[in-house]
Parts: sequence; structure tokens; C-alpha cells
Amino acid sequence: MTAERFPVEAGHIMMFARAIGDPNPIYSDEAYAAASERGGIIAPPTFVQASAQYDPDYPLRPRPGAPWLGSGREPTGTPPDKAGAGRGGGGGLHAEQHFTYHRDLHPGDVLSATTRPGSSWEREGRRGGKLVFSEGFTDYRDEKGELVVTARFVGVRTERTVEES
Amino acid sequence: MALSARDLSVGDVHEAVVVDNLSRTQIVQYAGASGDYNPIHTDEVFATKVVGYPTVFAHGMLTMGLTGRMLTDWVGDGRLTSFGVRFSRQVWPGDTLTARATVEAVRAEEGQHFVDLALSTRNQNDEEVVSGSATARIDS
Repeated sequence: MTAERFPVEAGHIMMFARAIGDPNPIYSDEAYAAASERGGIIAPPTFVQASAQYDPDYPLRPRPGAPWLGSGREPTGTPPDKAGAGRGGGGGLHAEQHFTYHRDLHPGDVLSATTRPGSSWEREGRRGGKLVFSEGFTDYRDEKGELVVTARFVGVRTERTVEES
Repeated sequence: MALSARDLSVGDVHEAVVVDNLSRTQIVQYAGASGDYNPIHTDEVFATKVVGYPTVFAHGMLTMGLTGRMLTDWVGDGRLTSFGVRFSRQVWPGDTLTARATVEAVRAEEGQHFVDLALSTRNQNDEEVVSGSATARIDS
């Protein structure tokens, strides 16, 4: 995920907390949060994933006038060779995600997200087929350039659809 | 609200049901909030006809977010210093997930106490969907 400017907004935090089924008032109630140990509203631990909204090139967001992977008149709006690639729908599955937290994230923070490549490796899947893993890091920094969150992503591509065992 | 080192022992377990009967709508809600609109998660026609899955399935990051709720409800808000997971199995509509944290270590560094936790989130068939680890700052 790359974003030059990822403004952390109270409404976005509230919607994100709702989506993960978390009614904790620390994510939405200013008075409660102000009186708490944190001193104000904070973002949930996985919130920075929503920086996808601010990544101009994020591939998994439909754009006006552009072909889209998902269904419309046809089951997919992009050619079959593209749609089939990776079998994860968007070109692979998420294998691992790790976050290191350097400080609380509050509404009003404006972050930048920059990515660094990591390593890649292969192994045989439990149900046969080759699994290709690739790792990447994203550094989320505030306007002073201080690290707020470091994320490590591991993606995997499989040679065929992963069945439930 | 936050945990205290004196109340914790290696092997202590905390668990919570973090979603009961996951709805397709909650998956859509997560897509909207996170910005990950991969149709594999929200588009039944695409998921079944194009990719060949039995139905749509949850974003791994939704399962991580659900697991995170168990963690923050237990260790306290803003207390995590790290949180990482491995996605081992897909989460489907209708699933009920229980997230569990097991104390692996209680330690102090320069006067600050920490707890290291092993994480496991399982579905209604007791199959692990996420495993992982977390560390939190705790009180003395």
C-alpha cells in the first residue's frame, strides 16, 4: 500500500470499527475517549489497512469507465486470463500480516505510507501445487516523519483454487 | 482497564466469540471501510462462476480485525506493541469465530512490563483460521 497522504478521520475510524464488529467507545465517543487513559479517540489495531482508500493505484477498487474484475452483465468484466490469474480474484491470497506499533493513531493524524520489498520464497502446498510467497513492508509515518506503524505483508499465489479440506 | 503483570501467569488463556454467524453484509461493510473491494469477498457471481469457490469468503484482514477486538478488549486500548497473524483457512459466511490468547511470557524491560501472547482464532468446527502472536504493554 502506497499513499502520499492518508488523513486519519474520525468518521472513517467509526466505520472501520463497525465493520470489525467492535463497539468499543474508544473508537467513536469523544467524551469517553477524552476521559480514558488514551486521552482521545484512537484507531483500531488493523486500521492502517484502510490506507488502500488513499492509494491512487490500488487495483482492487472499481473506477469509472474502466473494466472491473467483478460481475456486471458478465460474471467478470475483465478477460478470463486476467480474472483467473492468481485464483485469489485479485491476484493472490493474503498469507500473513504483522503490525508493529510505535504510537497511538488519532483522528487528525496525516500519514504517509511507503512500501519496501521483502523476500520471496516457494514451498509445496499441503494439497499439492506450488505456493509462491512474497513479502513487503509498509512504513506509516506522520507529518514529522516519525514512524507510527510498520506493517509486514506476506502474499501467496497458488497454482489452483484452494479448496476447503 | 489494562492488564497487570501480577495477575498474569504463563499459560493463562483468554477467549471471546468475535463473530456469530458472519453475514455477507458484514463482509461488504468491511470492504467499504477498508477499501479492499476484491470481488472474491463480495461478489457471489464472480466468486462462484469465475473463480470456482462455493461462495464469497471474508477478507483475511476482517478476521484479523475481529481477532484484534478480543485482544484490545483484554489488554486494554492502545496497549499493543505488535500484532501479527498467519491466515490458515478461509472464513465463510455463517461462520462463528472464537479468538483465543494464551500467555507465553510476562516480562519487564527498563521498568516497563510486557505480556507476550500466542493467538488462535477458530471456527465453529474448531478449525484454526488464524494463528499469530501479540505483545502488549501492561501495568506492574
